[in-house]
Amino acid sequence: MPQQAETPSPPGIQVRGRSFMALALTPEPPLAIWFSALDDHLRNAAGLFADRPLVVDLTLAAAEGREAVLIMLDGLETRGFRVIGLEGTRPGLLDGTHWARMPTQLHGREVAEMRASPSAKQAPTSLVIEGPVRSGQSVFFEAGDVTVIGAVASGAEVIAGGSIHVYGALRGRAIAGLRPNSDARIFCSRMEAEMVGVDRLYRTAEHWGAGLHGRAVQIRSDRGALRLSALD
Amino acid sequence: MSKVMVVTSGKGGVGKTTSSAALGAALAQAGQSVVLVDFDVGLRNLDLILGAERRVVFDLVNVIQGDAKLPQALIRDKRLETLHLLPASQTRDKDALTADGVERVIDELRQRFDWVLCDSPAGIEKGATLAMRHADVAVVVTNPEVSSVRDSDRIIGMLDSKTVRAEAGEKLEKHLLLTRYDTARAARGEMMKVEDVLEILAIPLLGVVPESPDVLTASNLGAPVTLHNPAAPAAKAYANAVRRLMGEDVRDEDAAAPKRGGLISRLFGRRAAA
Repeated sequence: MPQQAETPSPPGIQVRGRSFMALALTPEPPLAIWFSALDDHLRNAAGLFADRPLVVDLTLAAAEGREAVLIMLDGLETRGFRVIGLEGTRPGLLDGTHWARMPTQLHGREVAEMRASPSAKQAPTSLVIEGPVRSGQSVFFEAGDVTVIGAVASGAEVIAGGSIHVYGALRGRAIAGLRPNSDARIFCSRMEAEMVGVDRLYRTAEHWGAGLHGRAVQIRSDRGALRLSALD
Repeated sequence: MSKVMVVTSGKGGVGKTTSSAALGAALAQAGQSVVLVDFDVGLRNLDLILGAERRVVFDLVNVIQGDAKLPQALIRDKRLETLHLLPASQTRDKDALTADGVERVIDELRQRFDWVLCDSPAGIEKGATLAMRHADVAVVVTNPEVSSVRDSDRIIGMLDSKTVRAEAGEKLEKHLLLTRYDTARAARGEMMKVEDVLEILAIPLLGVVPESPDVLTASNLGAPVTLHNPAAPAAKAYANAVRRLMGEDVRDEDAAAPKRGGLISRLFGRRAAA
């Protein structure tokens, strides 16, 4: 009998959500005056922007029209800013320029202003959603745990820095443990998920058996493997 | 107190326009003054279902743009004198609708009618969001199949976030109207069951309209099914749905429930989970 060559298993792709600190700038018309204020600011605090990724919010500047927005973005570039994303753009505004390829869907949350005092009040570390998460809705909460009192629909997603608790059917996606070493888990009272992820490990529904379908389940990461187990 | 009601679904072809016409006619048959507003600019259909296609002179876009006064564009039904139609424009597209213009027209219609029924286009874009924008009540039309149910779920999420009421933190009544339901096929597992759909969407059930050739026949004759054949099971389902909308406690759903089964009747009594 000929020896069958063993096919190497393909390497697992590890996709991982991480968050980074970026600065957000919102240029305001009239842009000439805004730029002169910016230049003043740079002279006084050049270090603030040095080597920092920058997200530009175009909501206000877009009112000036496409030409002004392009000149403004080029102006930022020539000052050495590293623009990594754009917010508040509208369809067609940047078509045909290299800016059109910039990411515009940026998850994140407001952090207090850069020079805010360190005694700023503590942000909440858990989020409770009373009611179902509907298809197409995305709940992103990086600061801690998310609890959903209701179902997470097919086509909906919940992404949490910590654990996720679903008191209802989990039919969409749940991704827990975005923060490293969070020891996160996912709990649901009925497992019908499309995809689950904990601490950079992901599985789609085809990877777990029908045995868990419809049952109360917990999902955790255990020594580099995703473990799903029934709770009932 | 007048009510603005949007008939919506996300997915196309599930029966929004047919249901709008049937619900509007049934409300008028119950003595209410009703205007049906066709928001499907560019794909105007409601005028056909109501048999008014040869009476359209001015339309919603003309009124929004100030080219015509509202009374010039309203078409009164020839069979039911309290039923009116504000048709969509067939030659324009959804961009011709403006938020301010829609608000002005809806406000004016509120002054004149008990019920303002907004027939939403399919999709989740401008036409659909403007149709739901000022609603007090929403009827979510769903077929018993997975893609329709998921799209309805998406629309319910938008009703809870993008309407004037939702933004003001007020309650928006949402009702499920399950159409093209076939009890026998659902029993054989070829179609989703009423309780499965309710379980996923978690909003109260307004009615179950059985799959029926009467509906298509009526549409092709330019008559809402409640007018064309009031005895048909589908027509009864719409009539009962309207009685529920008007606050009556209607338990019987003889249209879709088999004789022995009180199941669907029981589902009507069930409160939504959220």
